[in-house]
Amino acid sequence: MSVHAVAKSLPLPDLARVPTVDEVGVDERVARFQTRSIKTASKLEALKLVLSMIDLTTLEGQDTPGKVRQLCQKAIHLHDSFPGLPHVAAVCVYPSMVEVAKRALQGTDINIASVATAFPSGMSSRAVKLDDTRMAVAAGANEIDMVISRGKFLAGDYRYVFDEIVAVKEACGGAHLKVILETGELGTLDRVRRASVLAMHAGADFIKTSTGKIQPAATMQVTLVMLLAIRDYYVETGRMVGMKPAGGISTAKLAIHYLVMLRETLGNAWMSPEWFRFGASSLANDVLMQIMKQTSGYYQSADYFSKD
Amino acid sequence: MATPQNKLAFDGGWDYDPAPESTDHIKLQKRYELFIGGEFVAPGKGRYFDSINPANEKKLARVADADEADVDRAVQAARKAYKGVWSRLPAKERGKYIFRIARIMQERAREFAAIESLDGGKPIRESRDVDVPLAAAHFFYYAGWADKLEYAFPGRRARPLGVAGQVIPWNFPLLMAAWKIAPALACGNTVVLKPAETTPLTALKLAEVIADAGLPPGVVNIVTGAGKTGAALVTHPDIDKVAFTGSTNVGRIIQRALAGTGKRYTLELGGKAANVIFEDAAIDQAVEGIVNGIFFNQGHVCCAGSRLLVQESVADEVIEKLKSRMETLIVGDPMDKNTDIGAINSAMQLEKIESYLKIGADEGGEMHQSSARLPSKGYWCAPTIFTNVAQSNRVVQEEIFGPVLAIQTFRTFDEALTKANNTPYGLSGGVWTDKGAKIFKMTQGLRAGVIWANTFNKFDPTSPFGGYKESGVGREGGLHGLDAYVRLGAE
Repeated sequence: MSVHAVAKSLPLPDLARVPTVDEVGVDERVARFQTRSIKTASKLEALKLVLSMIDLTTLEGQDTPGKVRQLCQKAIHLHDSFPGLPHVAAVCVYPSMVEVAKRALQGTDINIASVATAFPSGMSSRAVKLDDTRMAVAAGANEIDMVISRGKFLAGDYRYVFDEIVAVKEACGGAHLKVILETGELGTLDRVRRASVLAMHAGADFIKTSTGKIQPAATMQVTLVMLLAIRDYYVETGRMVGMKPAGGISTAKLAIHYLVMLRETLGNAWMSPEWFRFGASSLANDVLMQIMKQTSGYYQSADYFSKD
Repeated sequence: MATPQNKLAFDGGWDYDPAPESTDHIKLQKRYELFIGGEFVAPGKGRYFDSINPANEKKLARVADADEADVDRAVQAARKAYKGVWSRLPAKERGKYIFRIARIMQERAREFAAIESLDGGKPIRESRDVDVPLAAAHFFYYAGWADKLEYAFPGRRARPLGVAGQVIPWNFPLLMAAWKIAPALACGNTVVLKPAETTPLTALKLAEVIADAGLPPGVVNIVTGAGKTGAALVTHPDIDKVAFTGSTNVGRIIQRALAGTGKRYTLELGGKAANVIFEDAAIDQAVEGIVNGIFFNQGHVCCAGSRLLVQESVADEVIEKLKSRMETLIVGDPMDKNTDIGAINSAMQLEKIESYLKIGADEGGEMHQSSARLPSKGYWCAPTIFTNVAQSNRVVQEEIFGPVLAIQTFRTFDEALTKANNTPYGLSGGVWTDKGAKIFKMTQGLRAGVIWANTFNKFDPTSPFGGYKESGVGREGGLHGLDAYVRLGAE
C-alpha cells in the first residue's frame, strides 16, 4: 500500500466547525498585548527566555559550510562575556547543510532543524518532498520545517494538503515536524485558522507562520490566530502543539510582546522552547544588547556583539 | 464543543513585575475651593469633604462643599458672563477658547490620567488611552462647530439657551465634564458644572486649565458637593437648561422638578444592555467583546454590556472561553500600567454590587468569579458572571453598575430580540455575527440608542449617544449634541 493510501484513511477535520476570525477584533486584542509594560526582573527573565527559544536561522542560496559553522558557534556561545545565558533552541538550515551543523553542534543539546519539502515554495512532487525530508533526517536533523502546498490549499484541495502533511510526518520518523503555513500567501486570517486546524489534525508538532521568504512574514495578528487554534485543539484533544512565528521579529521589545501574547493565550505550560520558538537571524543580538543594558544600565555599541 | 477537561493554567511561571505610573509629575493641593467667576473661592459655610483614593482608602484632598448660596453665586456669575461677554463674542472667538482648552488638556494628559485613576480607581491604561484623549477630542470637535452652527442647522438661526446647569457622575469624571461643557460653550451658553462627590479632582484640574486658557470669568463655574448641591443647581430658577448624567432614580426626580418650568433638559441615565452573540460570530473576538463590554471601567459604565445573550449551540464554548479569559484579567492597583480592572469607585458602590451578588445567588443563579487575588485595602470586586438566570431574575433586570455579567441563552433570532428588548432600559446593545443582514435585522429591531456590531464600547465625539425608555432623554455628542444647547428660530 502506498503512503498516500494510508494517509487517506485518516479523517479530515471538520473545517466547517472552525470559528471565523474578525480581523478588527484581532487587531484590538494585539494592541492590548502591546500595552503590557514589562519591567525589571520580569524583563530580564523574558529576555533570557527569548534567547532560549530562538531557532537561529540561515536559509540563503549562498550559505557555505563556513557560515553554518559560524552560526553553530554563535548558537552555543551567544555572548560568553556575560555568564549564565542560555543557548538557543536550534539551528535552522537547508538539508544540504545539516551534516555540517551536526558536526559543529556535537556534544550540545541544541537541535538541528532543517527546512524540507521543496522549501520555500513547495512547488514539487510529493515524492521529491518526501525524499527531501528523509535526506534531512538521515543527515541528522531532529526537527523538520515543512511548507504546505499553498496552491492546493487556496484552491480548496484540503485533502491534498492534509495527506501531504501526514505523509511528511511519517517520513520524519522520530524528528519533530513543524508545518509552515506561509501565512503571507494565505491572504485572510480565516484561512490561517483553517490551515492551522488542518496541520494539527494531520500530526504537526509545531505550526509555523512563515518561510521568511515572503512578505509579510510573522505578525502578531497571525500568530494570535494560530495560538487560538492551538488552544482549541488542545481543549478538544488534550494534545499540546507548539508555535513558531518566523521572519520579521528582530527586536527584543517585539519578542517580549509575543511572550505576553503567548502567556495570556495559552498559559504558562507553553512558555518554554519545547513549545514556542522564534525563527530569527538578527533577534539574538538585540536581545543580548537589552540584557547588557538591563544589567549595566548602558547600551553597548552593536560592534560588541558578534554578527554571524 | 464538549465540556473541556483540558484547562489552560495562567498562574505560576513568568509573571509581570509592578509597572506603576509615576505620580511625581502631578500637583494636587491639600484643599480645593469652588471655581466661581474665574476664581477659586471658599464655600460660604466653610464646609469641606474628603475625596479618597478607592484603591487604598487614603485621603487625596479636601474639597469644598457648596450649599445653595454658593450655587446661587455660581449661577449669578454664569448669568453675568453670559449676558456681558460670552453671548456677544463672535463665534470664532468662542471656538478659539475651546480649542485652547483642548490643547492644554492634551499637553497635561499624563497629569489628568494619573489624577483620574487616583481619584476614581480606574486603571491608568484606561484613563491614559480612553478617558483623557476622548475628553480632549470632545473639546476639539465642538470647538470646530462654534462658528459653523449655521451649517449644523441650515436655514435657521441657532441661539444659545443661556446658563446650563450640569451634573455629572463618577464613572468618567473628566470625560463627562467634557461631554457637557464643550457643546454648551460652543453654542454660546455659560455653565455651572457639579462633579460627583467621590471624583471631583479632575474637574477641578479642568478648572485650572480653563483659568489658564484665559476664558472670561464666569463662563465655566465648577461647584463641588453631593446630592444636595446638585439639587440646588438643577432647581435653581435662573438656569435655562439642565444636563444630567447619572442614575434613573435621580433622573426621575429631576424630570419631576423641571416639569412645567419650561427649562430644557437632557438626561443620560441607566442601562442594562444586551450583548447578543450568534452562533456564526467570530467567537474569540466576541469573547473579547464581552470582556470589554462588562469589565471596562469595572463595569461602571451606563452602556455596559451587562447582559449576555448567547445562542445555545455555542453557549458552552463561549462561557468556557470567557471563564478562561477572565483568569488573565489583572485586578489591582489602578496606577499599575498592566492593571485591567481597578478599584470599585466607593464603599457605597461596592456594597451595592455585593448586595446584587447575594441576590443573584439567592435567586438560584450560578455565580462564577475569576480567581484574581484582591488587595486587602480598598474596594474591590473580582470579575463575576452569573449563569442559570432568566428574565425574571433581578440580576438580569436591574442595573448593577459593577463587573457582573448575567448570561442567558437563546435559540432563535426572535427570542434574542425579545429578550434584548425586554428591559425598562434602552441605552446600548451589541450584535455579534458574521452575517451583515443579521446585523441590520437585529439593529433595526433593538430599541436602544447606541448599537455596536462586532465590537463594543466604542466612543467618538462625532457620534450621538443617548437612550430609549428609562435610559434617558436627548442625545449628546455629534451634531445631535448641539441641538440640546440651542434655541432654533427664523434667520
